[in-house]
Amino acid sequence: MNIATVFEIVLASVVLGLAIWTIAVAETYSATVGFVAYSLLVALIWVRLDAVDVALTEAAIGGGLGGVVLLGAAARLRDAEALTVEQASPIVRMSAAILSASITAALAFAILLLPDPAPTLAPTVVANAGATGMTNPVTNVLMAFRGMDTMLEKVVLLLAIVGVWSLASDRAWGGRPGPRHQADPNGVLAFLARLLPPAGIVVGVYILWTGADHPGGAFQGGAVLASMWLLVIMAGLADTPPVSSRWLRLILVAGPGLFLAIGLGGLWLGPAFLSYPAAFAKPLILGIEVAMILTIAATLGLLLAGAPERSSQ
Amino acid sequence: MSVARDIMTIAGVSVGAFFFLAGTVGLLRFPDTLTRLHALTKADNLGLGFVVLGLLPQSGSLRDGLKLISIWMLALLAGATVSQLIARMVRQSGTTR
Amino acid sequence: MTSGVTVFGLCAAAAVGLGLNGLMTSPQPLRKIIAFNLLGSGVFLLFGIVGRRGAAAGFGNDPVPQALVITGVVVAFSATALAIALLLRLLKTSGSTTLDDPAPTSPHSDPSGD
Repeated sequence: MNIATVFEIVLASVVLGLAIWTIAVAETYSATVGFVAYSLLVALIWVRLDAVDVALTEAAIGGGLGGVVLLGAAARLRDAEALTVEQASPIVRMSAAILSASITAALAFAILLLPDPAPTLAPTVVANAGATGMTNPVTNVLMAFRGMDTMLEKVVLLLAIVGVWSLASDRAWGGRPGPRHQADPNGVLAFLARLLPPAGIVVGVYILWTGADHPGGAFQGGAVLASMWLLVIMAGLADTPPVSSRWLRLILVAGPGLFLAIGLGGLWLGPAFLSYPAAFAKPLILGIEVAMILTIAATLGLLLAGAPERSSQ
Repeated sequence: MSVARDIMTIAGVSVGAFFFLAGTVGLLRFPDTLTRLHALTKADNLGLGFVVLGLLPQSGSLRDGLKLISIWMLALLAGATVSQLIARMVRQSGTTR
Repeated sequence: MTSGVTVFGLCAAAAVGLGLNGLMTSPQPLRKIIAFNLLGSGVFLLFGIVGRRGAAAGFGNDPVPQALVITGVVVAFSATALAIALLLRLLKTSGSTTLDDPAPTSPHSDPSGD
């Protein structure tokens, strides 16, 4: 047993302990904090699994932005959640525990009995890597080989934002999401919100650009941009835009719109939907990614801001 | 040459790990929020700093070294801001636990 | 290499079971949402395990499952945000976050939809 294996076992035990704590702890706020810590450590597992792209996404979106959503909700629901004390009946809890344990056991057996040699699509990805001019295999799969998935995922993001906006009350319809944040304009948060965004925007754009050849891409970069936007909003330096604003809606449909247009162009001028002409594959994909990073940053930020609560006047 | 670099790395990362350990012990053992913050931010910033210093000789190029240093700077900035905010919250609420 | 993958795989299987159990037994809706995220994270990790075993052609991890997981993480986040928005709206209209008791006489009740 070498030192890497020892580290992996320790990491897995800590992650498992946090998962148990998240489910078993009495207070909802503690469970939320436990889940955020769990997500960040899971990102380390992804690094150990040699999937750095996924690790970046998990840390930025799963742990970071997801953690902010859950913590915000836990703080707002603190009083209401405490009132809900009724437990499920012992029979329900017992059968739920038995069902969960048997599913865990079945999955564990499946893990131990996976076929050897494992099936893989990696050689196919390598064989076709030249078609796009990019060397990051994950970006190739996301943007070209399985481009349809990524495009439909953008549509899912749009549907989610439409769903969140539909939860506004009549008075706040089309208004600004979330409360207006007030912070000391000379305070430390306002200072950070002035100092960090220039660096954060450079990092976000760098992650997008380097995603062609190294781990990174539009999702991870978009998450960084969204967090910079939210920092400025939380420090009270800017307000959330009213959701009826035209330019905001334009940004939200830019990513999936351009993706769809280029896809249809492939159907019309080329052999199939989303088929990029070989000579322009990289510029086309970069164009889609630039539109997508704007859409992703705006969507993630607005999903965090929540349903409109104030009228735009 | 490579042996000297490895010795620097081992020394830097070990000192960093010691500071992380000290900070964690302080976080768990100190009695109230302000002292726990003190343990956490001071020790972890130093700990991360020594880990970065230890890793610098291993970075292949100037660019990678600058990336490592900027990670440390960003962590310093975030840690300092968050501890300020938590400490201010503690002072306003009047409780120290 | 294989031993570490197996350890993480067992951890992922446990996360799926724990998440499922929390989803079925926790009374608070927010706890259900967290448990559902835990379940999802376990499933993503299982993808990662299978991808890691399929390491070939110079990659440490099969890129196709990785791309699927990246898509999945983003979709899981948007579903979580939608669920939280529904929950906050429920709290605003009914004054409580319980799912089974409509509590029409609640002092915060506002049937006008505001």
